[in-house]
Amino acid sequence: MSNVQIITGNEAAAVGVKLCDPRVVAAYPITPQSSLAEILSRYVEGGELKAEYVRVEGEHSALTVCISASTVGARVFTATSSNGLLYMHEQLHWAAGSRLPIVMCCVNRGVGAPWSIFNDQQDSVAQRDTGWIQMYCRDNQEIIDTIIQAYRIAEQVYIPVMVCYDGFVLSHTMMPVDIPDHEQVLKFLPPYKPHTILSPEDPRTINSVLFPGRRENPEGVLCDGYMEMRYKLQAAFEKARAVITETNAAFASSFGRDHGGLIWTYMTDDAELVMTGMGSIAAEAIAAADMLRNEGIKAGVVGIRVFRPFPTDDVIQAFERAQAILTFEKAISYGYEGALCSDLKAAFYGTGIHAPVHNYVAGLGGRDVKPRELAEAGRNALAMLDVRTMKNETRWLNCYTG
Amino acid sequence: MKQDGLTATRGETMQENIFKINDKEYILPGSRACQGCGLTLAYRYLLKALRENTILTIPASCLCVLHGLYPITPVTVPCLNTTFASTAASASGIAAGLTALNKSDITVVAMAGDGSTYDMGIQSLSGAAERNTDFIFICYDNEGYMNTGTQRSSATPLGAITTTTPINTKQDQKKDFVRIMEAHDLPYLATTCPAYPIDLYEKFVKAKRIKGTRYMHIYSPCPPGWMYPTKDTIRIGKLAVETGMVILYEIEDGRLRLTGRSKTLAGRGKRQPIIHYVERQGRFKKMSIEQLNTLQAWVDRRWDEYVRRAEG
Repeated sequence: MSNVQIITGNEAAAVGVKLCDPRVVAAYPITPQSSLAEILSRYVEGGELKAEYVRVEGEHSALTVCISASTVGARVFTATSSNGLLYMHEQLHWAAGSRLPIVMCCVNRGVGAPWSIFNDQQDSVAQRDTGWIQMYCRDNQEIIDTIIQAYRIAEQVYIPVMVCYDGFVLSHTMMPVDIPDHEQVLKFLPPYKPHTILSPEDPRTINSVLFPGRRENPEGVLCDGYMEMRYKLQAAFEKARAVITETNAAFASSFGRDHGGLIWTYMTDDAELVMTGMGSIAAEAIAAADMLRNEGIKAGVVGIRVFRPFPTDDVIQAFERAQAILTFEKAISYGYEGALCSDLKAAFYGTGIHAPVHNYVAGLGGRDVKPRELAEAGRNALAMLDVRTMKNETRWLNCYTG
Repeated sequence: MKQDGLTATRGETMQENIFKINDKEYILPGSRACQGCGLTLAYRYLLKALRENTILTIPASCLCVLHGLYPITPVTVPCLNTTFASTAASASGIAAGLTALNKSDITVVAMAGDGSTYDMGIQSLSGAAERNTDFIFICYDNEGYMNTGTQRSSATPLGAITTTTPINTKQDQKKDFVRIMEAHDLPYLATTCPAYPIDLYEKFVKAKRIKGTRYMHIYSPCPPGWMYPTKDTIRIGKLAVETGMVILYEIEDGRLRLTGRSKTLAGRGKRQPIIHYVERQGRFKKMSIEQLNTLQAWVDRRWDEYVRRAEG
């Protein structure tokens, strides 16, 4: 029996977290994440969620609390946005290096200076190389479902997962959401089993200093050095692709909703023009594709659901027949281009994909982007196809560039 | 060791006696600390007082070095390393995790140097203390960033040479950090020094029995950083107390009480001039007369204030 409620993205996230029974929650409020932190404290104080809620004095501590609680064997949750995520940066690396299956929501917001409370994805994209799995959500249903999947993925591969969704666009927008049944979620999500437990019963020093080489333990067994540990994290990311795909399939068969594994596609089978992006802008590209289809242009969309590990094989397959590719990104790697654009082109290298990839930076600091503007960018890309331009040029959508 | 027999024969003075100290060792041979390290001595005795059911968390520090290189450690107590600013937050996470998993009989201990207590760690420590997190925070104060090579911290005393105050010496007084912690209205707070192991041991035995945030300040002499011979660690620690540079006290439920040598000094002893402490350490060799007088005045003022508070 379905239980559909009309709720905001932050409410959907809170319900999703509650369904997963974390034992420790630590969060520090920041717009637009705040209502998520508030709802969770209400759950804990009201006894709906049996967890310790640590009302920390900052985001660096929020993630630290999660790291240490996870190490003693508790399932944990935190959430943040923007400068809060940047303030956690050191601990993002620490969590991944410790191989802890922490799940965190990043309610995407532009970063200062100057201040903006509005949406873009510079915050999470800038954390690309911290060793976290990054998943981006299209809508509120996907938020709740992705959180549930995120715990199962994280606890299988021992990599923390960042569930990203757009601030205000999703966090404060109400949509109908089908709330999964708690018992069914617990069946889908087995209890958390830590890889190492911090306990007086088996005393050990965790994360101590390493020298560059490998080193023997007192029993004469050669143990990993720093580099071997880093290799194992990368190897776990390689393995994570299959785990994410499998988890999505298992979720689809248990709950009847398939959000795509690493990517999702919309009318790409015959598409000449393929638009791509992460999060709500990719969902908006669906409306743009429909407009273009009405004009007789074969347009499709690829949504990048998982940014790390990068869905290399999936994108090669999805873009195989594209004549022109457009990336719409709410972030930029200053001095080059959008990170997604670079990653896509790198994935295409040495394959048969030679279509031009057009990079559009869009929606920074909440700048409005309409489907018709995405469609217009698509028409322009097709028009340029005749002149066969492959020039790397990043265009700024809806931005006065003098 | 027949502790009870000895205690019984020597009567009341045995209250403070080496024979009643837990004879189990929690640091095995092979620590990577420097020769004559005050921290190591303090660590040995405080672990004896805290005993088995303890979990530690430590930041990047001399203590982290003492714990050795992976995969070997001389320390037999479980320990989680954390980043420099996050020691107390890490303890908060351990405490929350243990409570959530119904394992609340474990003593959670965070232990950091003055760098990650006075300076970068003050935010997370203040936060954890304000939440009255059930843990013991230990600051071993060796008055500088010793692990990174003796740079200035806000715990470095006036007139000391450090590698970041190499020519002019430190121009500012040491931050009175314990008073900041006192302002958090903690159930228990104490200062101690490994030159007085019984004082240190007893305070940790007491701290272990109390719930909530307990703050322990260990004044920890450091031969390479302070530039004195390694054999003099105990002498330097004692001189610090004899001169009033360091005051041994505890505050329980808001009541301040001088302890050990500081108590007897306040009662019938005579404090030595600060020069007796300063002249034995190479770090003070560039100290000016003005700085010495200022430091003496600072020590005198502080001493009078604490004695008055202990009496009142």
